[in-house]
Amino acid sequence: MAGKTVLTGTHFMHGDHACCEGALAAGCLFFGGYPITPATEVAERMSRRLPEIGGIYIQMEDELGSIAAVLGASWGGTKAMTSTSGPGFSLMMENIGLGVCTETPCVVCNVQRAGPSTGLPTLAGQGDMMQARWGSHGHYEIIALSPSSPQEMFDFTIRAFNLSEQFRIPVLIMSDEVVGHMLERVVIPPENEIELIKRRKPKVSPDQYLPYKADPDWIAPMADFGDGYRMHITGLTHDERGYPVMDATTQENMITRLVRKIRDNTDKIIDYDTFELDDAEVVVVAYGISARSAKRAVRDARQKGLRAGFIKLNTVWPFPEEFIRDVAGNVRAMLMPEINYGQMVLELERCAQGRCMVRLVQHAGGGIIPPGSIVDAVETALKES
Amino acid sequence: MSARKSKAITHPQDELLRTDRIPHIWCSGCGIGTVFSCVIAAIQKSGYPLDDVSMISGIGCTGRMAGYIKLDSFHTTHGRAIPFATGLKLARPESRVLVASGDGDLLAIGGNHLIHAARRNIDITVICVNNLNYGMTGGQVAPSTPFGAKTATTPIGSPEEPFNFCALAAACGAVYVARWTSLHIRRLTDSISEAMQKRGFSFVEILTPCPTSFGRRNKMRNALDIVKFYHEHSVIRNDIDPKEATLDFSRNLVMGKFVDIERPTFLDNYSLINRRELGDWPNLEEKVAVTGKRISK
Repeated sequence: MAGKTVLTGTHFMHGDHACCEGALAAGCLFFGGYPITPATEVAERMSRRLPEIGGIYIQMEDELGSIAAVLGASWGGTKAMTSTSGPGFSLMMENIGLGVCTETPCVVCNVQRAGPSTGLPTLAGQGDMMQARWGSHGHYEIIALSPSSPQEMFDFTIRAFNLSEQFRIPVLIMSDEVVGHMLERVVIPPENEIELIKRRKPKVSPDQYLPYKADPDWIAPMADFGDGYRMHITGLTHDERGYPVMDATTQENMITRLVRKIRDNTDKIIDYDTFELDDAEVVVVAYGISARSAKRAVRDARQKGLRAGFIKLNTVWPFPEEFIRDVAGNVRAMLMPEINYGQMVLELERCAQGRCMVRLVQHAGGGIIPPGSIVDAVETALKES
Repeated sequence: MSARKSKAITHPQDELLRTDRIPHIWCSGCGIGTVFSCVIAAIQKSGYPLDDVSMISGIGCTGRMAGYIKLDSFHTTHGRAIPFATGLKLARPESRVLVASGDGDLLAIGGNHLIHAARRNIDITVICVNNLNYGMTGGQVAPSTPFGAKTATTPIGSPEEPFNFCALAAACGAVYVARWTSLHIRRLTDSISEAMQKRGFSFVEILTPCPTSFGRRNKMRNALDIVKFYHEHSVIRNDIDPKEATLDFSRNLVMGKFVDIERPTFLDNYSLINRRELGDWPNLEEKVAVTGKRISK
């Protein structure tokens, strides 16, 4: 039974497996799974590893059940996650919304494949990016991270748990088939070097506790079921008591809190890396596997004497609006390579506010974007901007 | 008059009621309130520490029970009460988890979860209020609607055969299965209490009147008429084969406790399997889980 929770050391590891190990290192002890290519290996490794460390793996009857079980486990006081791909992600949407509305910490990893519908189950896509943002009904904010390597599958999964616990929200890991199935070096640090964040607990007695009375940073302390607070939690619009109230004022108060706890804390959430940005005339902005192509392309462009720079988005939602706006004022063009026909590029274009040209380097799915086509796009952009 | 001057009068069930949320939304003549009262009585009778008992519900009239009970309670999305309860129970095995929801929520949109939770023998108690239709949305056909009965979406009469919920739950592996009407207050309370004591998936169906949505379309506009009908047509047949425990509105409505067996729960078997003592399938060793018998060979 006794296994190591944190596999400290250097490994040659599969991306999906690295996601699993990141979750365990973050303290995840519950996984509600359902097999789906190319995310199945996350579940498979969880089914072997969780019993070793006293956790629970359960394979549910469908993705509707998986995400519901994850929410239940989270309210039971356990860090919980699931993984899936496009079709399962679609099925999970309603209860991701329940997680947002009831402010339930949990993590959902989407190893994206090409869609729509059954699409290309074994081949990469990045077509679920807007679904990640808006896929559940109603208006809300969400946090989504996008790893581009097995190392980041490990690191970002830990961060996803930390953000979910800190902000009481489902956090989405928007991976893709190539990152999920890639084997690369993964360095797992010693356990005591991994910083973990736990949900804020109420400091008041049960008779004074209001489950949705937020602190000044818009985040409400969270009691777990069984802690003695005897609270009512609902997906209906609710007030500070957690009670359903069917009026526009309560709705406004609730939505304001759900939105502002993210928007007012973007400095703690948004993360990106930059490369060769200082004198860049054309900046490639990319995420996930396309960031790998982009970085190579920027190097190649530099070798050709082109002044190209690179922004790698580690968080995709919320989008680094102000940073993009500032960069857009200093460059001639921005390019977004992505494995879809234009999703995050819309956000890039919005945030650039017309200060520079914005172009998409598209791919319908089933492969990755060759660095060469990004270099070509850099050259074209320099000519046309 | 003297009572008025004294401190506020408390009802024996107040400790489990969110009195600040009363009045409730249920229609006059609805049976859910009676069932709710029986559930509270059963919880009080069970003796479980109240902080360890929780109620999970789905969407619909019965789903609102979770909002009135003063326990940890969660009003989930339509159909997802059972998988939510599954996650909660597995994360917190010491808790007693009750699922309270309606026939549409549990058997239609949530039917897949019910059969699999029963198969896995997840240690939860499901209280299924059967009012023969989707009440909250105004009385549409449900998996419980009797053949030929009129609803808002079967205006001439339902062309579908309903499920026998008890037979279904039993076939899927529930360790405790019973059915009562909301008239059988004492038996129902005892039954819920018994179900809560069981280790494993227990299922209690309660046939209730819905005069507002179902009754008025089926010449049962008056709640009292429905209650009288249930009273006159109910027969108690404990321990019969649940397949024969039918709801035949032209003859009789079979009530009783139909299943009361022992079977290892999901968590019993999860720990048994993970001790790696059973050997390789199909030649598994005879091992007894924490409780109940492990069926093998």
